[in-house]
Amino acid sequence: MSDIKKSGVSRRGLLKAGAVGGLVAATPSIFVKNAWAEEFRNNPENSGELKLGFNVPQSGPYADEGADELRAYMLAVKHLNGEGDGGMLNTFKPSMLSGNGVLGKKVTYSTGDTQTKSDAARASAKRMIEKDGVLMITGGSSSGVAVAVQSLCQEQGIIFMAGLTHSNDTTGKDKRRYGFRHFFNAYMSGAALAPVLNKEYGSERRAYHLTADYTWGWTQEESIKNSTEALGWETVNAVKTPVGAGDFSQYITPVLNSGADVLILNHYGKDMINSLSQAVQFGLRDKQVNGKNFEIVVPLFSRLMAQGAGDAIKGILGTTNWNWSLQDDGSKAFVQSFGAEYGAPPSMAAHTCYVQTLLYANACEMAGTFYPPEVIKQLEGFNFDGMGNGPTLYRAEDHQCFKDVLVVRGNENPSSQFDLLKVVDVTPRSQVEYDWTIFGGELGPYEVKM
Amino acid sequence: MTNTKKPLLNDTFVVIIFAAAILAMPIWLDPIGGNYPDLLQKFAIYGIFAIGFNILFGLTGYLSFGHAAFLGVGSYAAVWSFKLLTMNVLPAVIFGVVFAGILAAIIGFLSLRRTGIYFSILTLAFAQMSYNLAYSVLTPITNGETGLQLARSDPRILDSLFSDGSVGAGLPSTDLFGETMSGYPGFYFCAVLLIICFYISMRIFRSPFGLMLKGIKSNQNRMRYTGLNTRPYMLTAFIISGMYAGLAGSLLAVTDPLAGAERMQWTASGEVVLMTILGGAGTLVGPMLGAGLIKYFENIFSSFDDNVLTQAFSFLPDSVVDFVVPVVGLFVGSGWHLTLGLLFMIIVIFLPGGLVEGFRRIFNYFRSGGKTKPQSVEAHNQAGE
Repeated sequence: MSDIKKSGVSRRGLLKAGAVGGLVAATPSIFVKNAWAEEFRNNPENSGELKLGFNVPQSGPYADEGADELRAYMLAVKHLNGEGDGGMLNTFKPSMLSGNGVLGKKVTYSTGDTQTKSDAARASAKRMIEKDGVLMITGGSSSGVAVAVQSLCQEQGIIFMAGLTHSNDTTGKDKRRYGFRHFFNAYMSGAALAPVLNKEYGSERRAYHLTADYTWGWTQEESIKNSTEALGWETVNAVKTPVGAGDFSQYITPVLNSGADVLILNHYGKDMINSLSQAVQFGLRDKQVNGKNFEIVVPLFSRLMAQGAGDAIKGILGTTNWNWSLQDDGSKAFVQSFGAEYGAPPSMAAHTCYVQTLLYANACEMAGTFYPPEVIKQLEGFNFDGMGNGPTLYRAEDHQCFKDVLVVRGNENPSSQFDLLKVVDVTPRSQVEYDWTIFGGELGPYEVKM
Repeated sequence: MTNTKKPLLNDTFVVIIFAAAILAMPIWLDPIGGNYPDLLQKFAIYGIFAIGFNILFGLTGYLSFGHAAFLGVGSYAAVWSFKLLTMNVLPAVIFGVVFAGILAAIIGFLSLRRTGIYFSILTLAFAQMSYNLAYSVLTPITNGETGLQLARSDPRILDSLFSDGSVGAGLPSTDLFGETMSGYPGFYFCAVLLIICFYISMRIFRSPFGLMLKGIKSNQNRMRYTGLNTRPYMLTAFIISGMYAGLAGSLLAVTDPLAGAERMQWTASGEVVLMTILGGAGTLVGPMLGAGLIKYFENIFSSFDDNVLTQAFSFLPDSVVDFVVPVVGLFVGSGWHLTLGLLFMIIVIFLPGGLVEGFRRIFNYFRSGGKTKPQSVEAHNQAGE
């Protein structure tokens, strides 16, 4: 029974300590909290600064992309505040940005780690909204996360400028009034890739899909299937693989005996690096099937992944939103200032995040207020140029950007460690446009009740 | 056995103080940056999870490595209740607890045939099985990696019975008879449940049933020799513990109507073990403290970036700042796991009884007028409360 005596003491000691804060402070102030009215959530009117939330994966399979996105965000904040060489501020038109902050307010930011998990991403976004008082959230390198955070932002009345997210759902089935995407999507990848595949590999091919098992993988598989089957290709099999699997050998072995002669890897980030490297190690590319060379296609390509996959990437076809080797003024200005800051050219993830930040800032300037519904109206149907992709439209009906799509190939003879992708074809915007009604979904209201 | 000294605090008083401390969290967490609804909700919810886990681990010594499965099932059940029945949170919470209880009965029935490490491995295996089912096999029910979310087109049978069926322009939000369950109201809802759970847990600790469980912990063989079948007691403790986890899972869905498979992953199971050990296994408030500490680290420390650090150290000369910021930066931001790991090591090595033992030592130190009593050191091994 001496146990009970001791434990009684401990409980008392502990609870006394815990209760000091609780009982001394008066309770009424709990109820006064948030009683002051505000016109909209996190109105920066009185604070003198505009706070943005950068919610990127700093751990997990997409951490490399996340790190590069964060660099781009910090560069964008610098440029908006008039530091550095201004980057795309000089080429972006029509633009009201002057390097003087946004509506006279200095831009600051808060960062968070999505861990490439919907739960963690929403917790981190909530922290930014509730504690740090951000007015806009941007980031995400996974469509699952982007969709989850986007619907949270709609509920909270905070604008979400999606970073790298490629699923059709982000601006299709799961689109939201408060969510905007500059990045292209799986449908556009399929539409841009199909003609090149037809030219390079012919119209009689048997494809085998390995697909990351979440919203992005599903829609990309569907889109690529649709456009390749329209060419006359046959889909032998489509296998779902878990995200972050690490070892894909158990999925690649069956490909060898399936009678397929093209392997389509609907993977991204470290998953794609692993699956592609293993597919090459298994000798898939040296094989002859049905009298044709076995080919591998990676519909969504990025330079960061190419860097990770090394030699395996050579000769592989894919699409990309943007590449640093583009020679227009916007791209050159961006590559120049990014390179000067960080010593490496930006990835396409960095590009889209940088552009999104500038677009949001510009929309606030155009609206003359930070009030979200007005800012949204400025972004809807906005036509702009000088951001590296040629003339671009933010479509009002689904908040999707339309611009040219690049088809690229892993460079056989890279001239530098960054020169990994060669642009094969620039698919014009008109060829990748689609009717916004095909994916369903609804944007929802402008006004959000608080 | 001869203790006659009554504890200074009786149980009712303990619960009152506990309730006051919990309900006043928005006030006393404010200075350390913890006062915002999402984190407060997490404190309360994971507090429930850890208290429930402690009923099993603290009382019986059976270390379950699969409690995340119940958390996940609770979440899925709650979100489905929102989708199919009503946005009211009460049915969601009830379904969450019931389904987690059923799953716990099944897993417990099978796993409790073994003890020690074999029991841990069995529960881990079942949890990983549930996770993989949710992740890929049961995708129509769980929506896989993307997570189960609400949609405007959901049927919500009960809601449409009692209203004209118009759901408005946006997604409906969870409510308790009209009060929206996000933000501070959501926290107070979770806090009230936490206090109730704490009270139930205390009653269990004090009951003959609790004593029986402690008996199993200290010597199960001896219990059996006295002719007692320990299995039903173990199974009951396991199911209660699973229901606590289901409640926590359903509350996660209540405050944020989304359920993802990652809630069932083994890392989530490991987290609650860490929480309990960090705070003090077998103590009443220890697991709650551990849960709060881990969630605080995860949400606050992970948000410190170089920007914040430079501001925090701005009182130092610039040259020192340039040196200090990168070094400290390793331990915050994405490196918060490292800090947590170090803290965990320190506590396990120097305070095997967790934070509660730390408080106890401090208290004893002051009470004995600066002389440490040897008995406080041996206290860590007790099964006590």
